[in-house]
Amino acid sequence: MFESLTDRLNETFAKLGRKGRLTEQDVDDAMREVRRALLEADVNFKVAKDFVAAVRERAVGQDVLRSLSPAQTVIGIANEELIRVLGEEPEALRAPDHPPQILMLVGLQGSGKTTHAAKLAVHLRKQGRNPLLVAADVYRPAAINQLQALGKQVSIPVYEEGVGSNPVAISANALRYAQERGYNPVIIDTAGRLQIDERLMQELVDIRERVHPTEILLVADAMTGQEAVGVAQTFHDQVGASGLILTKMDGDARGGAALSIRAVTGVPIKFIGSGEKLDALEPFYPNRLASRILGMGDVLSLIERAQEQMTDEDPVKLQERMMKGQFNLEDFLEQLQKVKKMGPLNQLLEMIPGLGAQLRQAKAQISDDDYKHIEAIIFSMTPDERRNPSVIGKRRSARIAKGSGRTPQEVRALLKQFNEMQKMMSQIGRMSKKGKLPSGGFPGMPFG
Amino acid sequence: MNQRAEPGSPGPPRGTLRGGRAPHIHVLPGVRARLPPIPLACRGFPGWRTWNQRLPKGANVILKFFRRKAQPDVQLEQGLEKTRRGVFSEITRLFDRAAIDEALYEDLEMLLIQADVGWDVSQQLVAELRARVQRDRIQDPAAAREILREEMISLLEAAQRNRTVKILQRGVPFVIMVVGVNGVGKTTTIAKLAKYHQAFGRSVMLAAGDTFRAAAIDQLAIWGERLDVPVIAHQQGGDPGAVVFDAMQAAHARNVDVLIVDTAGRLHTKHNLMAELTKLRKIMQKTVPDAPQETILVIDATTGQNGLVQAKEFSNAVAISDIAIAKLDGTAKGGIAFSVAKELGTPISYVGTGEKAADLAEFRPETYVDSLFFGEGEGF
Repeated sequence: MFESLTDRLNETFAKLGRKGRLTEQDVDDAMREVRRALLEADVNFKVAKDFVAAVRERAVGQDVLRSLSPAQTVIGIANEELIRVLGEEPEALRAPDHPPQILMLVGLQGSGKTTHAAKLAVHLRKQGRNPLLVAADVYRPAAINQLQALGKQVSIPVYEEGVGSNPVAISANALRYAQERGYNPVIIDTAGRLQIDERLMQELVDIRERVHPTEILLVADAMTGQEAVGVAQTFHDQVGASGLILTKMDGDARGGAALSIRAVTGVPIKFIGSGEKLDALEPFYPNRLASRILGMGDVLSLIERAQEQMTDEDPVKLQERMMKGQFNLEDFLEQLQKVKKMGPLNQLLEMIPGLGAQLRQAKAQISDDDYKHIEAIIFSMTPDERRNPSVIGKRRSARIAKGSGRTPQEVRALLKQFNEMQKMMSQIGRMSKKGKLPSGGFPGMPFG
Repeated sequence: MNQRAEPGSPGPPRGTLRGGRAPHIHVLPGVRARLPPIPLACRGFPGWRTWNQRLPKGANVILKFFRRKAQPDVQLEQGLEKTRRGVFSEITRLFDRAAIDEALYEDLEMLLIQADVGWDVSQQLVAELRARVQRDRIQDPAAAREILREEMISLLEAAQRNRTVKILQRGVPFVIMVVGVNGVGKTTTIAKLAKYHQAFGRSVMLAAGDTFRAAAIDQLAIWGERLDVPVIAHQQGGDPGAVVFDAMQAAHARNVDVLIVDTAGRLHTKHNLMAELTKLRKIMQKTVPDAPQETILVIDATTGQNGLVQAKEFSNAVAISDIAIAKLDGTAKGGIAFSVAKELGTPISYVGTGEKAADLAEFRPETYVDSLFFGEGEGF
């Protein structure tokens, strides 16, 4: 979608490279690109401005002008600076002065409060706690039913009084209920509201005054644009947020809103919502978000997607077979189908850092139809042929071609490619046996 | 998918039908063949003035004569009341100066970006303004403001021209499929659409196609009760395809004018879920060949630059015919509309301006841009 910052900076500096010398003006150009990357990631305008100023100051100090790879240096500084703003370490939930711990979730409509109330409950129960969910959203139709259904799914009790009751009273009663029965923590799901809705904002203040929550967690959508700052600021000023949950991070939003919120309010990001399942709640890692905001590829989500498709023993078995040179067309087909499930090829390739620029040029050559053709050809083979492709001669390939609707040349080309792949794999196998390659994992991966 | 055409076929439970008897199963003969021209029935569908395709510019002018003016844009203006207090009214103040200088352009770019208009479009708008100011030797800031206003409107209007006519036929349900990412306000928008079509005297039915999210079906059912509209639903966790098929049959059997299909919120990056949308579309087409006649993508007004990606991906999966911007009653300006209009040319047809069922307005570029221009700004 967006050209990555790395590509653009390389471009900027490449132009200069020919001149032989970098000037202050060139650094300004680079900073413009950094700023653009931030704005495209929905970082607030003012925050981006301040941020770029900070990066520029450091860049000048570190003498980017004389560095061998100015693009990398600039990105390195921007990355470090981002991590510094986002908070170096993941922050845990505060402990209460006296139990129970009360967590109150607030935010705009549709940011994911109800889902994340349930996710938090599941997360805390895993730590041996005994959570109680409180349905204080009496406005949205079926919001209480939603929390009840979620509670039932994961068998966590839900306190509710129906839609006729007042959220302040519900919260207070829920607290008493929890104290009587020993529930701890108490997680209050409030209704979504606009930060300019004075009546509903006052309601949050009233709840806060009544139950004195240990944490007020602002739930924010990772896709939020420039408004994020205004929203967070108002919630923070009026209700006082103590932490942020960034939701819908399993999409491809860059999540610049998180940077803005953190920079403006200083509220730490505590959790990341990363999926629709109720265990998809992760502690926040600043380095991952930093590379995402800068658009430096997304190896981690690529790996995550791959993991979704693979079972645990798959890769091990496959590796063994590959090393022994037993990898056949059936395995190949299986792999192909797994990759296909991960999404369109173009999208996958774009997640690999550094590949962006080359890919855009080669894009015309990669198409998902190629998948289909290869699949069709393999499907037209007998099981025997798939296991032992060397038996395929002229007549067989003519038959396969007919069956798959491709040409015999294509069939032969596929077989030839496969043959080469097989050879390469057994070579790697032999090499790794001699200990020339580290076993498993990609060497020198810059993330983690 | 085929087995679902048989009423007694095994498979997932057929579920309960809310508000009526079991649907009579039969497939309509080719509907596309006869399309009687009934322009009156098309009233109330944004863009009815164009006729099933893009028209030459001249024809548009003639058709503008017939444009419905019965409903003034009071609603939209009211909804935008709060919105306009933000960035855009600052634009008005920005031009309230003695001369056009460099700082004006810089501040303008900043204000546009703060409205989520996006880097590219902001640059384009500012560059165009700069070029025209230079070319026409404009000195008066007010005149420059007028140019900017025109440019913003024309950017949106270019996309509005891509609206297709929506033809309502007797005996054929007009199917509206509503899609979007999680939490943008699909279900609420559906309730509003139902109310909207009721206001034109059409019978409406809802299909609870969100079988994934907890209580999504209940939420739709509550709206159905409030609006007195039948809701076709299965159990949670059921097959949305089956719900859609039943709803299509029920809508036809009961001679419903408008069937609105809810779908589960999905992130556009989830390949499988996007494929499911394509499947739902195919299922609808088994009953009515050109269904869904309207496919609406709901975008949250607070969404930033990701909105464009969403629009692109959803368009790839199901041909999005219209866009609805929800939650425009907040401080967000929905500036992403400009990027979507420019990049994809998908028309924005509706805006949601509140939590009540009546809070839906047709989108008019002029009203939208003007509401955000005029009025006293408070700033922040």
